[in-house]
Amino acid sequence: MKKDVLIIGGGISGVQSALDLAEKGYEVVLVDRSPSIGGNMVKLDKTFPTNDCSICISAPKMVEASRNDNITILTYSEIKDLIGSAGGFDVKIWKRTKYVDPDICTGCGDCETACPVEVPSEFEQKLSDRKGIYVEFPQSVPLTYTIDYDNCVGCAACERVCDAGAINFLDTSQVIDLEVGSIIVATGYQMMQPDEWREEYGYGKYPDVLNAMEYERLLSASGPTGGKVLKRSDGKPPESVAWIQCVGSRCKQKGMPYCSRVCCMYSTKQASISKGENPDLDTAVYYMDLRAYGKDFQQYYDKAKDKGVRYLRGRPSRVYEQSDGKLAIEYEDTEKGEVKTDVVDMVVLSSAILPSSGNDKLSEILDISLDEYGFFESKDMLTAPVDSTRDGIYLAGCAQSPKDIPDSVSQASGAAARALMPLRDRKRKGRAEKKPERDVSKEEPRIGVFVCHCGKNIANYLDVEEVAEATKNMPGVVHVDDSMFACSEDAQTVIKDAIKEHHLNRIVVSACSPRTHAPLFQDTLEEAGLNRYLFEMSNIRNHCSWVHSDDPEKATEKAKLLTKMAVAKAKRLSALTEEEIDVGDRTLVIGGGPAGMETALSLSRCGQKVTLVEKEAELGGKLRRLNTLFPTDIDAREFADSMAHQVGDEKNIRVILSAEIEDIEGYIGNYTATVNGEEIEVDTIVLATGFKEIEAEERHGYGKDPRVMTQLEFDEALSGGGLGKPENVVFINCVGALEEERPWCCRVGCGNSLKNAKEIKQRYPDANVYILYKDMRVFGKREEEYYMDVEGDDGVIFLRYSTGQEPEVVTGKDKLQLKVHDNLLDEDLEIDADYVVLAMQLEGDESAPILKKMLKISSDPAGFYMEAHAKLRPLELPSEGVYLAGGAHYPKNISDTLAQAEGAASKAMVPMMRGYTKSEGIISVVDDELCSGCKMCISVCPYGAIEHDPEEGVAVITDVLCKGCGSCASVCPIGAIDQKGYENDTIMAMIKAALLEDEVV
Amino acid sequence: MADNGFEPKIIVFLCNWCSYGGGDLAGVNREQYPTNVLGIKVMCSSRVSPEHIMESFNDGADGVLITGCHPGDCHYIDGNYKTFRKIGLISKMLEDLGINPKRLRLEWISSAEGGKFAQVMREMTEQIRGLGPLDLKEEVE
Ligand code: FES
Repeated sequence: MKKDVLIIGGGISGVQSALDLAEKGYEVVLVDRSPSIGGNMVKLDKTFPTNDCSICISAPKMVEASRNDNITILTYSEIKDLIGSAGGFDVKIWKRTKYVDPDICTGCGDCETACPVEVPSEFEQKLSDRKGIYVEFPQSVPLTYTIDYDNCVGCAACERVCDAGAINFLDTSQVIDLEVGSIIVATGYQMMQPDEWREEYGYGKYPDVLNAMEYERLLSASGPTGGKVLKRSDGKPPESVAWIQCVGSRCKQKGMPYCSRVCCMYSTKQASISKGENPDLDTAVYYMDLRAYGKDFQQYYDKAKDKGVRYLRGRPSRVYEQSDGKLAIEYEDTEKGEVKTDVVDMVVLSSAILPSSGNDKLSEILDISLDEYGFFESKDMLTAPVDSTRDGIYLAGCAQSPKDIPDSVSQASGAAARALMPLRDRKRKGRAEKKPERDVSKEEPRIGVFVCHCGKNIANYLDVEEVAEATKNMPGVVHVDDSMFACSEDAQTVIKDAIKEHHLNRIVVSACSPRTHAPLFQDTLEEAGLNRYLFEMSNIRNHCSWVHSDDPEKATEKAKLLTKMAVAKAKRLSALTEEEIDVGDRTLVIGGGPAGMETALSLSRCGQKVTLVEKEAELGGKLRRLNTLFPTDIDAREFADSMAHQVGDEKNIRVILSAEIEDIEGYIGNYTATVNGEEIEVDTIVLATGFKEIEAEERHGYGKDPRVMTQLEFDEALSGGGLGKPENVVFINCVGALEEERPWCCRVGCGNSLKNAKEIKQRYPDANVYILYKDMRVFGKREEEYYMDVEGDDGVIFLRYSTGQEPEVVTGKDKLQLKVHDNLLDEDLEIDADYVVLAMQLEGDESAPILKKMLKISSDPAGFYMEAHAKLRPLELPSEGVYLAGGAHYPKNISDTLAQAEGAASKAMVPMMRGYTKSEGIISVVDDELCSGCKMCISVCPYGAIEHDPEEGVAVITDVLCKGCGSCASVCPIGAIDQKGYENDTIMAMIKAALLEDEVV
Repeated sequence: MADNGFEPKIIVFLCNWCSYGGGDLAGVNREQYPTNVLGIKVMCSSRVSPEHIMESFNDGADGVLITGCHPGDCHYIDGNYKTFRKIGLISKMLEDLGINPKRLRLEWISSAEGGKFAQVMREMTEQIRGLGPLDLKEEVE
């Protein structure tokens, strides 16, 4: 087999890399050793900080990957051998047999019922059993069965019941030879089994001590308890649950010295969801530092506290079972300095994120290095975070270090961009040919309705069969079916077959939200030769079963009505076309800091043309103000110079300095930006405008005394060299942060203080450094280790203060006099300081409000742009053609910034390398006969898409400019403008269907 | 809480980008609200015309709720401002027709406001329940 890229690991990172490459026309092989792709994300119940249902947002991605013609998925497979070099690798892949022919298996599950073997389910964390023949989870891709050879007793019961004849005991595993140009390693992580903690915390000893992944499965509605948290000891719900943080993390003796980066937030999520479901439940989190560092994390944490989740600062020393069966937690409350014992029903250990178990072997086969923990080593952690130590092999997601989902997918896109390098001269697959569409305009509506159970998500709360039954008699409906998961792969086949068999020409799916799932079904329609707009969804889950779960009868009635309304709409649907808009290869990158420069470099190296604009007179952004870069002590300016130099060497990059953007107009493929009076035409735009410190105003004596400085000013002073000989330097973290007005965490302040503390100690070994902090939020690879290093220095003193007890600084004296209440020692301290450094809260750049208007996008209250989806689309904005890199999304350290910048480049290259994008199908149309030329519509169109044709005296719409809001249609006094897909008639019919009992839809 | 056994029918117009998402989130968070509300998705709140509102009342709706993005957040820049102005005018019109303008309500709900979504649905149901069934003929007279 000859393909372009091999991706090892089919978790969310691997899937993201695969999609990024496949959409550009490269052919990808995605290998996973499990029977299904999906990795760890699909096991999670929800994701923080948006509480998105994890499987609901990852399943569509998996299905998308499996449907992409450029992606070949090999599950149950492992890499055996590799030779060659970047651009020409020869790989041997061992594809284990599943003893079930995936092409024949329908996933019906009869074999599973027949199989007598029961073994603990790995997917369910061994909390329940699966059969010897099984699918891992209901949304598995591919959704075909696997015989677990190790546990099979060979009774052949499955073979006897398999009507399709898919089972073949004589099938053998095979070796597949694959040639590729580059490789991405995305092997993810495994959660630590805290067996080592048997002594202290009783894991494995007491049934109600769980690890976090086990708890996650208990929360999951599709998990072993149907979403009910129940004690393993007696099957009853607990009255109190405690989470113990950092089990195996931040702990050299019994685990890993690093911070696992996600545990604080996942336990906050678990606790607040549990609390939300049962307000009487007592929930407590025992932590050391609560690292709520990411976008919206702190707000999420605050909300959990408001809900009543208790946070106790202290590392429990042991957990033991009392005679009454309850669990006692012994811990030192570090805020009060007392040793206490709390008694709870259940304990969840927030266990560490460990390197994936196969990393050792894989690193040998691929000949790439692991770090001392077993994660894959970056070529250079700071400057080349997604490159492995071997050319042509790149790293994505947790294979490189622990990360949350948005950081993983950003990096996965980054790896996809890097993986293009060895492929530069390869031919890509061109535009896919349009699938032939059946002309249904002359046909009477023949509607097919598919009602989804969504596992139990719908079926538990309303009568799905009754809904289906009630729909059968509606006029125009010729086929009704219900399915377990309408979004699963096999259900798509069912829909396609039904379209053929019953000659359907409109499809209604009554299931979940069209916002997440409509595209998937629309693809299915297209595959069956129907126009994708001949589709309507009714949301009987989010808008019905989930919100009316206490009244199944009424919920069923409402679901019927919602479906009836959808049928009424479906009857009136007609085929719509999306115009293809050409997209060229020119990008405008706004912001010449590290994010902007890296994006530009990445684009240029892949042959795209870049205009890089920077408001200052030189490139470098914040790098010009920083002294060194956490956590490496690399000189920031040298780093800026080297990047600027590389930018200068690229002939595809044009740099405009001291740039002012006066205007941006247009849309993807057709932007015109006016920069310093010059009009520049580009196809895509990347925002890399960074962040800024908030105004320090008069906080802590700032402005009254030059020795009180902001962190950036202090960095500048450090690189300037003129600090005199300070005896005492005080850093105050979180200035203006974590308080009501600006609740967010700036993500980088703690690290910055640490590296400056270290710098001072190196320059002035006799000086004392005080770091006044709220929580020490250092979370990335090598950051905790760096912190431990600095903490080990006797001359660096850490004092913890809380919001509301801000340190006071008296200025005007010889020394700055600082007063602070140390809440660990519970005493007031006075320090005579030579310098007081304020780690200021950060906010979006001042250009944000202006650019926002020009590009018609939005930002959060902190001034950071709102990405299209917090978890899975962190680099894109809702409007296609605009992308995000670096601090414009949220402040981040340099290695995350560069990984994300590569990712933004990858995203921008998707439409550019494809060469086109599609315009909206839902747009407005003018009926020339009716139009009186009153121009009302012109006055309301926000896009200037309507013009008046003086000759004909009618309104004329420019299709590609119309975004389809429909406001013109609502103001036209004579109904001469209508909105396709949302025609006046259609809306009226839906109203009637909703309200009039026997209204014939 | 008015519990007069009256189950009102309420039509809710939901804009695709914000309020519909708020409704989705209400579901994800399992926020409970009465079944009296029936949603119709439009791309933007500005798509809703006086005709749609009048038709709803005519066909038996006891209340109509229009929801859209918060000011400044409309996916189509300023569609929601237009909605705001339009609803103001329609309210006047309703008064002239003898329909209590309280039966028509406008709310901004973002896709992150699952709680607010459920809250508004509960409030609206209660409010209309309190007003009692809409008897067009009587009220118009
Ligand atoms: S898109 Fe929500 S109000 Fe316009």
